[in-house]
Parts: sequence; C-alpha cells; structure tokens
Amino acid sequence: MSFELETAIAPEKLHRVAIDPISRVEGHGKVTILLDDDNHVQQVRLHIVEFRGFEKFIQGRPYWEVPVMVQRLCGICPVSHHLAASKALDMMLGVKQLTPTAEKIRRLMHYGQILQSHALHFFHLASPDLLFGFGSDVAARNIAGIIATHPAIAKKGVLLRKFGQEVIRMTAGKRVHGTGSIPGGVNKSLAPDERAELLKDIYQMVAWSRDAVGMIRQLFEQNLAEYNEFGRFRSAAMCLVRADGAMDLYHGGLRARGIEGKTLFDHFDYARYWDVIGEDVKSWSYMKFPFFKSLGPDDGSYRVGPLTRVTQCDSIPTPLAEKAREEFMAFDGGRVAGATLGYHWARMIEMLHAAETIKDLLHDDDIIGNDLMATGQRQQRGVGVIEAPRGTLIHHYRIDENDLVIRANLIVSTTHNNQAMNTAVREVAKKYLNGREITEGLLNHIEIAIRAFDPCLSCATHALGQMPLEVAIVGADGTAIDAATRDQHGLIHEIRETP
Amino acid sequence: MNASLSPPKKLRVATTSLAGCFGCHMSFLDIDERLLKLLDLIEFDRSPLTDIKHCGPCDLGFIEGGLCNAENVHVLREFRAHCKILVAVGACAINGGLPAQRNHLDLRDVLEEVYQTEAGLSHGGIPNDPELPLPLNKVHPIHEVVKIDYFLPGCPPSADAIWKFLTDLLAGRTPTLGHGLLHYD
Ligand code: SF4
Repeated sequence: MSFELETAIAPEKLHRVAIDPISRVEGHGKVTILLDDDNHVQQVRLHIVEFRGFEKFIQGRPYWEVPVMVQRLCGICPVSHHLAASKALDMMLGVKQLTPTAEKIRRLMHYGQILQSHALHFFHLASPDLLFGFGSDVAARNIAGIIATHPAIAKKGVLLRKFGQEVIRMTAGKRVHGTGSIPGGVNKSLAPDERAELLKDIYQMVAWSRDAVGMIRQLFEQNLAEYNEFGRFRSAAMCLVRADGAMDLYHGGLRARGIEGKTLFDHFDYARYWDVIGEDVKSWSYMKFPFFKSLGPDDGSYRVGPLTRVTQCDSIPTPLAEKAREEFMAFDGGRVAGATLGYHWARMIEMLHAAETIKDLLHDDDIIGNDLMATGQRQQRGVGVIEAPRGTLIHHYRIDENDLVIRANLIVSTTHNNQAMNTAVREVAKKYLNGREITEGLLNHIEIAIRAFDPCLSCATHALGQMPLEVAIVGADGTAIDAATRDQHGLIHEIRETP
Repeated sequence: MNASLSPPKKLRVATTSLAGCFGCHMSFLDIDERLLKLLDLIEFDRSPLTDIKHCGPCDLGFIEGGLCNAENVHVLREFRAHCKILVAVGACAINGGLPAQRNHLDLRDVLEEVYQTEAGLSHGGIPNDPELPLPLNKVHPIHEVVKIDYFLPGCPPSADAIWKFLTDLLAGRTPTLGHGLLHYD
C-alpha cells in the first residue's frame, strides 16, 4: 500500500521539482515533487540518499570500539550514539546499575547534548524562518541574517550552544566525538575547577532558556492560525518515560499511544523492542520506515522527538520546564500539542529542562566522585535506548565469545520520523503549492515542515536529478578510479577498472 | 579592535558535507562567539547554514567527508570549479574516514544484509529508485578526484585549528597549523 501523494499513477506525464539539497538541516536529503500541467501536486517524497552500511562493517570489531566508532555516523549528536552504544554494552557486560558517579556523569553529558543540539537547531537553523517569515529573502534567511538583524538573540543562541558543548567537553573529553563513556561506566568524572566553571554560567543558561520558551510562545501568539495549521496531521507517538511517567531523556520504558490517544504499550522493556517495532523498506529511500507491529506497516507509523515527549509524559521533573509544559498543553485549547510547528516550542521546553537538570547535577557531589566502573555477568546481547535530541534512539548488538561484534542494528531517531516527515511535507504541498506557480519561497515552506522535526539526515547526502545508469570516476591524473552501473532491475554492478 | 577600518570585500566561503557526519561543520561552529566577528569578514555561499543550493564563485571552499556515491563526485567537482582555494576538512575528506570501513566488503552484500536479510523487516528490497544516487563500490578521499589546496586533519579538526586556518588566510599568511592543532584522532 502507498500513502496519499506517495506515488503518482502516471509519473512520466508529470513535471518534477526538486529541493536538493534540503538546507538548514543537519545531514543530507532531498525532496522531489511531481506536478501535473495545472501544477496540482501528484507525488511528494523525502528521499534519504546516502547509504552507510554501519550495521555490516561493525561486524568483526571488538565491542569496546563501538561507542567511539559509532558516533562518527553523526557529528551532530555524537553523544547520543556514544551513550546508546554504551548502554547496550553495559547490558552485555551484565551491568544493571552504574555507579552513581558514572550515571550522573553520563546524564550530565547527555543533557549537555540536548542543550547544545536544541540551541543549534532553534537559533542557527530554524529561527530565520520564524523571525523573517516563511517566504522571506533567501539571501538573508540564515544565521548571518539573524546576527545582522537580531544580534542579541543570535548571541544567546551561540552562547547556549557553547555552554552545552563545554559540558560535553568536560564529561566526554572532547566537544565532538569524545571518549568519556565506556562499557560499564565512564573514564573520568568532573574536576572541581571544571564544576566551578560550569556553575558560574549555568544560572544565565537557565534564564536564557526561559527567554527562548517565551520567544517561541510569542511567535505562536502572533501567527496563531498559520502556525497551528501548518503541516498539521494526526499521528501515533512513542518515547521513553520514567517509571512514574515523568520525562527522562536518559533512561526509561517505552510508551506508545495511537492516533486517538489510546495507549498501545507503556513502560515496555526496550530490551525487546522488536516485539513492538517492525521496519519497512521503500525503493526510493535508504531510510527505513518503522511501524508499530500491532498496527502493521500501513497504519502503524508514529512520531518521536520533543513534541512527543512533552505531550506524552505525565510531567517534567524540573519546576520551570514543568510550568512551561502546562502552559504549552493548555495553550489554544491544546491545539498546539498536535501542530507540526509545536515541535519548536516543545524543543525549547526541553532545552529549559536540560538547563535545569544540568544545574541540579552540578550541585550533586557524585559528579566529582572516583567510583567510575561497575561489573556484572557477561551476556551475548545488548540493547541500549536513549531519548536523543531528535527522539528515541535504539542500538542493538550481539557479540561472540572473542568479544567481536557479530550483529548490529540501529534505529536512529530520524528514522522513526520518516513517515511523519513525508506526511507533513505532503500536507504542506497540498495546501501551499497546489495550482500555484512554484517559487523559491513556496518551496521553503516544504523545508520548514521538515525542519520542524530537526531531522538529522546524516546517513544521507545530496543527489542530482535523473541519475545516469553508469558512473565512472576519473582521478585528477586521468586514471579511472571507480565505476558502477545500475541495470534495468535497479541492481548495482561493479565495473572492473579499465586498464 | 580596529573594526572601524572599513573592511575590504568579504571573503566568500562555501561549505559542504559529502560522506561525512557533520562533525566537522559542528567543529566550525565551535569557534563560538568568534563566529559573530567572523561574519564581518566572510560571507557564506552554499553551505548547510544557508539556502543557497549551488555553489557560485567563491574564494574558499571547505569540504567535509569523502566520496561514497556519484552525487558526492558531482558536488565536489562543482566546488572545485567555483572555489579558488579548496580545503579537505577532517579525516573523512582526507582518508575516507569511518565510511571507508566498508571498502573491504562487497557493496552488494552490505546492501542485501541491511535491506533484505535483516531480521525485523516486514518486506525487504534494496532501494533502487532513479532519484537515489548510485553508490560507489568504494569510499574515496577527495584528493583522488580533484586537486586540493589544503588539508586540515582531525576527526574533527578542532575549532581552534579551523580558526587558525581562517585567520591566517584572512591576514594573507600561508595557513599553518602549529603545535597542538595538528592531530589525527
Ligand atoms: S572527519 Fe570525523 S568529524 Fe569530520 S565528518 Fe568525518 S567522522 Fe565526522
């Protein structure tokens, strides 16, 4: 089966418009739109066009390399992969409970990541659409334009991100691709002077995060009808929650609710995620399409990420963010809670929660403790799940008796949102593009719908229109380097290098 | 600060990520508040930070990531054609990096395992739509295909290394990474 606007009946009669690459998102992707002669939209697809094969080439590597290697899949939230892999390997080592120092250092690292990633997305990437307008001048619609016209806002964004990156550096050893978390614990805690340095700035970060929630709220108030309806659709949802139902981005059980809000599963042990989640493949994207098994591939898609977490948790365990959540849920009779652009608001509430959590952790003496590692009874399989900035992230490994990885499966946050993003762009295309002359500003509306999800398409890259069926790469010195063909069945063949 | 001296024409800079993880771009942003100052001196052309989709004439091009599909090659050539100075940023652009770990495997086998035989798939099939660029058999470093003027090693190169490179260039010096900035982690 295919979703509305997924597949046109007679594509050869249609003309094609491509947004390629999608910009101001992390990672790579493109959108293709097929229109008939009256510019009515017949097909819209978000393509993920790069293939990595991590699951395969990690096989045969010693397991302790995994937390460091796997973050190279994504430099935007490397900490999430670092920690999800570490959690999976904790399970494999039979470590059920980390030492208090290890758990708190990892949490600090993770909330630092949430803070920096959410700040980056909102200020550096998405804010130009919101502050300048959806169809505004393409030349100014970027962070340089924000710095030029709203320097105070831009500066807060830059410094919020910096603070989050510093938390990461001090806990992981390095801002991008650190090494702090290891199977069974961490390899460093915080030094007293590092703690003091972070404590000096954290109150300012909490205050600025609060300002950011106020800013997105104000934008909603000013543009209520448009923001609420933009790319709106109904969707099932999934996230981790703590045992008491509160938000916890580091650990918990899986909660899923259907379109009508009915609970599908709750506090589900993620170590058996495959009992509830299946994956579908479509010919036009390297990104898979996950679904709830109980509903099947056609009806079982769902969304993850800030909007899901803020609306599905029972509460947020820090006071300012909890108050912000209550206001968000009540705003406009609760309609924002289902709006695609509601992601931005929810993201800022989470940024506030991250700042408050970091503040609390910095006051906890365990973070300067020395007891870093725990041990347990070895297992053959490990599953680690974490709520990454963009949503639920699943890592799953099996190792053999020589400590080598024999199987790996990853379901990354953006993959869960694959169908949701496709639906959102189809809604926007129907409403804004149908029958109109396609302009750059209108096409930006499509990208705004994608940006709301803050996708990390880092397992993907740019593509150009009609691909040749054959490609040969000739080096700078004129010698052939690589070549491949695709036959009429779409199978890929290697061509031996020509002598 | 002598910002009052009216600056000469801004240096036009394009950046892109090919088969990279965006970590090198993150490291660029890790120059933190120096970014605010930098934008008095440079302007961005095509980059993940702007909505310019094709590279125009530029003074400087930063490339993150190696080549893993036909489209990467196309974008790299576009950058080379338009950028006076082209820089390979990070381990992936210079050596292929993590994505090149697949080079000792057969691409078909990898695709089959991920899309066909993996447990948990409702129905499998290797994606093959013409909109998807053709993957290359091997991941290649970018200097194998076009001439590269500078190499900034590291995974990622640190923000200070990127900053030193840029400030040297802006001051008209030959960029050099001194002690502590040159690393290969
Ligand atoms: S060099 Fe490292 S940080 Fe840069 S793109 Fe490659 S993996 Fe990412």
